[in-house]
Amino acid sequence: MVFELKNIYKDYIQGREPVPVLKDISLSVEEGEYVAIMGPSGSGKSTLMNIIGCLDKQTKGSFIFDGADIMSANDKKLSDIRNKKIGFVFQNFNLLPRQSALENVELPLLYAGVSKKVRREKAIAALKRVGLAERMSFKPTQLSGGQKQRVAIARAIVNHPKLLLADEPTGALDTKSGDQVMELFKELNDDGVTIVMITHEPDIAKCAKRIMYIRDGELYKERTGEKE
Amino acid sequence: MIENIRLSFKGIFSHKIRSLLTMLGIIIGIAAIIAIVSTIKGTNEQIKNNLIGAGNNTVKIQLSDGDTVCDFSWENPPKNVSMFTESTKKRINELKEVESCTFYRTRNNPDNLFYLNSKIDSATIYGIDKDYFETAGYEIVEGKGFSDRNFTNFDKVVIVDKTLAEGIFEGESPVGKILEISGEPFTIIGMTVQNTVFEPVINSVDDFYTYNQTSSGLIFMPTNDWGIVFRYDEPENCIAKAVDTDAMTNAGKKTADILNESITKESAGGEETSATVEYKSESLLEQAKSLQDLSSSTNNMLIWIASISLLVGGIGVMNIMLVSVTERTREIGLKKALGARKRRILAQFLTEAAVLTSIGGIIGVLTGIGLSQIIAKVAEVPVAISTPSIVISVIFSMVVGIVFGLIPSIKAARLNPIDALRYE
Repeated sequence: MVFELKNIYKDYIQGREPVPVLKDISLSVEEGEYVAIMGPSGSGKSTLMNIIGCLDKQTKGSFIFDGADIMSANDKKLSDIRNKKIGFVFQNFNLLPRQSALENVELPLLYAGVSKKVRREKAIAALKRVGLAERMSFKPTQLSGGQKQRVAIARAIVNHPKLLLADEPTGALDTKSGDQVMELFKELNDDGVTIVMITHEPDIAKCAKRIMYIRDGELYKERTGEKE
Repeated sequence: MIENIRLSFKGIFSHKIRSLLTMLGIIIGIAAIIAIVSTIKGTNEQIKNNLIGAGNNTVKIQLSDGDTVCDFSWENPPKNVSMFTESTKKRINELKEVESCTFYRTRNNPDNLFYLNSKIDSATIYGIDKDYFETAGYEIVEGKGFSDRNFTNFDKVVIVDKTLAEGIFEGESPVGKILEISGEPFTIIGMTVQNTVFEPVINSVDDFYTYNQTSSGLIFMPTNDWGIVFRYDEPENCIAKAVDTDAMTNAGKKTADILNESITKESAGGEETSATVEYKSESLLEQAKSLQDLSSSTNNMLIWIASISLLVGGIGVMNIMLVSVTERTREIGLKKALGARKRRILAQFLTEAAVLTSIGGIIGVLTGIGLSQIIAKVAEVPVAISTPSIVISVIFSMVVGIVFGLIPSIKAARLNPIDALRYE
């Protein structure tokens, strides 16, 4: 098991009233799974992603990530989990603009305290894996959107994480680049990488092996009463 | 850490103008401090050189009335001062601070001095014992020195210095010429020069009066002859040569104590008795110190004022770092999401601030050195660049960076990754 959410609640304090964003969410993901979480904007899917990504903590309920209880973990512990066990892929890539593709991919290894030589080797391997080895010295501004996202994916997998967590990975891409990214995800999943992807596009969600729907902070297995 | 420094340089050079403006306060502050410190050091070294000379280490102990040195060309010697003996000299030489000592009498610009038919106006006559030349640092360059017999026989012989010889004999050898002193003929047997090269820098009227005396002509005669031309039993003064420069003050004071034993405090009530007469050592080191303190204390105020500009510079650094943190919120959020701990973010921003101000400090030092050279040229003030002040300046500017970078860095480290990632 990669992670397990049990009866998760999340409230945000707005003014004086706590506003519930997530209500009684339970979800467990096994190794090798490819899960898509779909939902309209405001449904709470970003909040859910922050919790799965150990960037935020739930108000109530239990969240076990790779055997560790996240609720009781401190900042240092959460940093380590994010660094070694989770690979993030964002909608807007979030690459450091002044650094080369290679340096961007090396970043998580730098924080893990890996030596320079090993860093370089692993980063080149990850860039090869996404088919960008020949562009490793390019700055993000010299790359296309699809290439940027592939650099970001290389950065996400460079540490061989337990989970690849993608937030609208094709949201800023044209259809062709989006399809290439989805193809890459499929290959990675075939190689055994566990993927959780958050999206609002049904076509993208269909690439996953399992689709969950979130609406008004509640998680469903089936698409209920929702119109396209 | 090296990675952080590399990143800092990258960041600083990608915003050249902004970085330069940020550093400006630090540059001006450090440059001003370096220029001031260089000027103080230069002035102090000049004062020391002017007053103490080039390391002869001699100190004069003169009979003084209050603060003025007794001058017997126009006043009578006080009756309560008795003559020195050989045992006085022996006791002074036994002092551990003293290498050697000599007794002498002196008269400035006497009116009884003639060569042929013309009066010699500007000269100082010394009545010296046989140790004088060696202790005070003179050497005979022509003719010969005084022999023991010259002293015991009351020979009417003198030795002149080069200044006097050049002034009166105009290139001819002075040896063998005869000077008339108080109507008595004195044969010149030698010429001497002071072997310590000492060329004072004259900057003011005070300096001129201080060095005027040494640049007039000198005539030396055996002290036993003093009574022939001037007065018997005239009190002597003393020059003590200290073992080193630091021992000068003590050598002078201890010698004065021994000499003062020859003064009877409660005399038989003679008219010429003066209770305020005593031997005093000229404390050149102390004079130099007090002059140096004076120039330092005014300049220390200037350093404090310059430090204010460092403070202002530091606030500028803090301001820019805060802007930088806000600008790079997304970057910080991403780094945290990728697993960078608080400490790493803190270190990154602190390093950037420290590198920024250190570069400013180094530029400031270079500017300050340039500035002090300009001051030296324009104001004709001596400057001396002090290495410790350069090192301290660079370290201090680094500290300014760390201190004023602290608040922005803490702000960066505390950013919540979710908010930071969402920040537009």
